[in-house]
Amino acid sequence: METKIALAGNPNSGKTTVFNILTGSKQYVGNWPGVTVEKKEGRLRGFDNVLIQDLPGIYSLSPYSLEEVIARNYIINERPDVILNIVDASNIERNLYLTVQLLEIGLPVVAALNMMDVVRKNGDFINTARLSEMLGCEIIETAAIRGEGLMTAARRAAELAGTEKTPVPRHRFSDPVEQAVTRIGEIISGTVDPQYLRWFAIKLFERDEKVREELGLDANLSAGIENIIRNCEQELDDDAESIITNERYEFIGRLMAACVRREERKNNLTLSDKIDRIVTNRVLALPIFAAVMFVVYYISVTTAGSLLTDFANDVLFGEWIMGNLSEWLAAIGTAGWLTSLIVDGIIGGVGAVLGFLPQMVILFLMLAILEEIGYMARVAFIMDRIFRKFGLSGKSFIPMLIGSGCSVPGIMASRTIENERDRRMTIITTSFIPCGAKIPIIALIAGAIFKGAWWVAPTAYFAGIAAVVISGIILKKTKYFAGQPAPFVMELPPYHLPYAGNILRSVKERSRSFVRKAGTVILLASIVIWFFSSFGMVSGRLLWVEDMEFSILAAAGGLLAPLFAPLGFGSWQPAVATVMGLVAKEEVVGAFGVLFGVAGDALALVEEGAYEGLAAIAAHFTPLSAFSFLLFNLLCAPCFAAIGAIRREMNNAKWTWFAISYHFAFAYSISLIVYQLGLLASGAGFSPASAAALLLVAVLAYLLLHRPYNETRRLKSAAAEIHSS
Amino acid sequence: MKTLKDVKVGKTAVVVKVHGEGPVRRRLMDMGVTKGTSIYVRKVAPLGDPVEVNIRGYELSLRKADCEKIEVE
Repeated sequence: METKIALAGNPNSGKTTVFNILTGSKQYVGNWPGVTVEKKEGRLRGFDNVLIQDLPGIYSLSPYSLEEVIARNYIINERPDVILNIVDASNIERNLYLTVQLLEIGLPVVAALNMMDVVRKNGDFINTARLSEMLGCEIIETAAIRGEGLMTAARRAAELAGTEKTPVPRHRFSDPVEQAVTRIGEIISGTVDPQYLRWFAIKLFERDEKVREELGLDANLSAGIENIIRNCEQELDDDAESIITNERYEFIGRLMAACVRREERKNNLTLSDKIDRIVTNRVLALPIFAAVMFVVYYISVTTAGSLLTDFANDVLFGEWIMGNLSEWLAAIGTAGWLTSLIVDGIIGGVGAVLGFLPQMVILFLMLAILEEIGYMARVAFIMDRIFRKFGLSGKSFIPMLIGSGCSVPGIMASRTIENERDRRMTIITTSFIPCGAKIPIIALIAGAIFKGAWWVAPTAYFAGIAAVVISGIILKKTKYFAGQPAPFVMELPPYHLPYAGNILRSVKERSRSFVRKAGTVILLASIVIWFFSSFGMVSGRLLWVEDMEFSILAAAGGLLAPLFAPLGFGSWQPAVATVMGLVAKEEVVGAFGVLFGVAGDALALVEEGAYEGLAAIAAHFTPLSAFSFLLFNLLCAPCFAAIGAIRREMNNAKWTWFAISYHFAFAYSISLIVYQLGLLASGAGFSPASAAALLLVAVLAYLLLHRPYNETRRLKSAAAEIHSS
Repeated sequence: MKTLKDVKVGKTAVVVKVHGEGPVRRRLMDMGVTKGTSIYVRKVAPLGDPVEVNIRGYELSLRKADCEKIEVE
C-alpha cells in the first residue's frame, strides 16, 4: 500500500532542502492544477511506496493567499496519510503557529524541529519531550543542512500513517470559543467528513469565505452559525478572526515559556543583524545593491557568459554543427530545400536561442546564490518604495533584472510574487526591459545610422524603463488591476550559507524550462518562418526561391508595410525584419543584412563594429525613422519564446492576448508620437498623422492623470442609486 | 490613537489592536502581530519605507501604511 506524506512548513524553514534530501533525484515538478504555483512530489529514498508531496511554503491556513488555499485543499481533499511539518527551531515561536493549525485538522502530524544545529550554536535550549507532550504530536530534532534526523523523521511519519488512531491535539481554545465551535460542529455534522468536523467548525467560526462557499449551507443554518459567532464575539469583546489568532498565539506563548530557554545575547544582535547593519544601511544599501548587480552582470554578460555564448554560437552551432551538418547532408545527396530547412530553419532558429543558454545558466546560478543566502528579500526591502509608486512591489524588481538578460526566465521569475494582479502586471511589463538579444538592434541603429553616438544605447534602456513605469501607472488605474494593494508583510530571513544542492536544482529547473521552450515553440515558429521566407509565388506556382525578396514573407511584408508608414518605415524590408524579430530579436539585424544585400553576416559586422559595411541599411533610414524603428522593435511583442513564457505564467489565453495586444498598441503609439512630432519639429507640414500623434499624446496624458478606478466608490454610487429609486 | 508608525527607530511598543480588514489584517495577525506582542522597530529602509521590525524573535518588513493599522502603547 502506498503511503502519502504531505510536507508542510513556513517559507525559509529549510523545507526545500528537506524535500531534496528525502527524495534525492526521484522528483516530479509540475504545477498545481489551474494555477502557476509549483507542485513538487517525489518518492522517499529507499522506500518506493512512500510518496512525499511538497506543499507550498506557507505561514498559515488562511483563505487569502493562493498558496495557503492550495495547501489546505490538498490536505482536506486528497487526504494524505500523515503531515510532516518542518519547523524552523531557530524561529520557533512563529513557526509553531502553522503547527497548531495543522494539528487542528485532525490528521496525524510529525513535527521535524529543523535547524537544531543553529539553536545549539546560539546556546538556546528546547525541551523537545515537553513540547511534544503539550502539543500532542511527535517531534524529531533535525538539521537539514547536515542531513541529521531527516530519515528518522520521514520513517516515523510513514510508520504513524499505518496506525489507526486519530491524534487528539492538546490545544483547546477558551471555553466560550470551544462551546461555539462545538455548537457549530453539531449544526454541520453530517454535511462534512467527521474526521475534519472540528477543522470545518473552526473555519466557519473564523468566517472563512472559502469554506462557507464550499459547504454551501442554506440560509437558515448560516444564520444560526452567525448567531453563535456574534454571541461569542460579544462575550469576548473582539472579532472572531482575532479571537482565534490571539488564542493560538497565547497557547504558543505558554509553550515557549515552558519549553524554550533563550540565551541572552550581547546587545541582542545576531550575525545576520550585523550583516544587515551594513547591507540595508540607509546610506550604504543602494551603493552595495548597485555593486552586487554590477558584478552579477559583469560576470554573466560580459566575461564568462559571453565567452561561453560566443563559443556556443560561433563554434558549436556555427562551425561544428551547421558546417559539418551541411557538408554531411550534401554528401548524402539531400535536396537543397531540405538542407536549408534543417540548417537555416531549425538549427539556425533553435540554435540562436540555445546559444544564450550558457550565459543564462551563469545568470541563474548567481541569482540562485543571492536568493539562497537571503539577499533577494533585502532587495525587495530596499526597492519596494520605488516600485510601489507605479503599482508594482519590490518583488517585481527581480523578474525585470533577470529580464535584462532574457525575458523568458524573467517572466518565469514572476512566480515569486504572491499577489495575482502584481504578478500579471510584472509579466506584462518585464519584456519592455531590453533583453540581451535586443542589444544587436540597438548597436546596429547606433552604429550604422547615428555614427556610434553614445546616447542611443542609454536612451533605449531609458525607454524600456519608462515603458514599465508608464504602463504600471496606466494599468493600475484600470479595473482589472485596481483594488487593495497587496500586503507587503515580508519576512527578512536570517542570512545563511548557501546549500549547493538547492542552488544546482534551481539552476537546473530554470534552464530546463528554457530549453524546453526552444525545443517546442521556437522550433515550430522557426519552421513556419523559414517556410514563408524560402518559398514564393513565382508565375502562379509555389516555388523554392533563393532570394528572400520573392518569398511569401516579402509579399506579406508588402501588405504590412502601409501599417508602418505613419511610423516612418513603410517599406517591406523593415516589416519583414520586424516579423523575423519574433523568432529571436537579433534576427532583425540578420534579416536586414539579407534584405538589403549586405555582403557578409550583418550580425557579425555589428559585433565587430564594422559599420561601413552596413551602409546599404543606413541608406534606407533617416535618423528619425531609424529611431522610431528601434523604439517599435524594443517595445512591441517579444520573441516567440517570451510569448510562450507569458502564456505559461498567465495560464490563461485571454490574458496572454491582452499582454501581446498591449505591447503592440503601446509600441505603435510611442513610435507614432515620436516620429510624427519629430517631423513637425523638423519643419514638415501638418498632416492627419500629426493630428493622430497629438491625439495620442492627449490620450496618454489622460490615462496617466485621470482618477483611478475605485471599487468602493462604484459600489457606493450603485447603492445610492438603489436607494433613490 | 498611537500606531506603530509613530514609534521611533530603536524603540519597542506593545500591540493593542490590529485595525483594518481582509487579507492585510489577517496576514499581520498570522505573522504574529497580535494583542500584547512587543515589537521592536529596528530600522527604516534607505528610501524611507518600508520599516524593519523585530517580533517574536524574527525580522519582519512592514510598509508604513500597514504600520498605521497597528495600534500600540
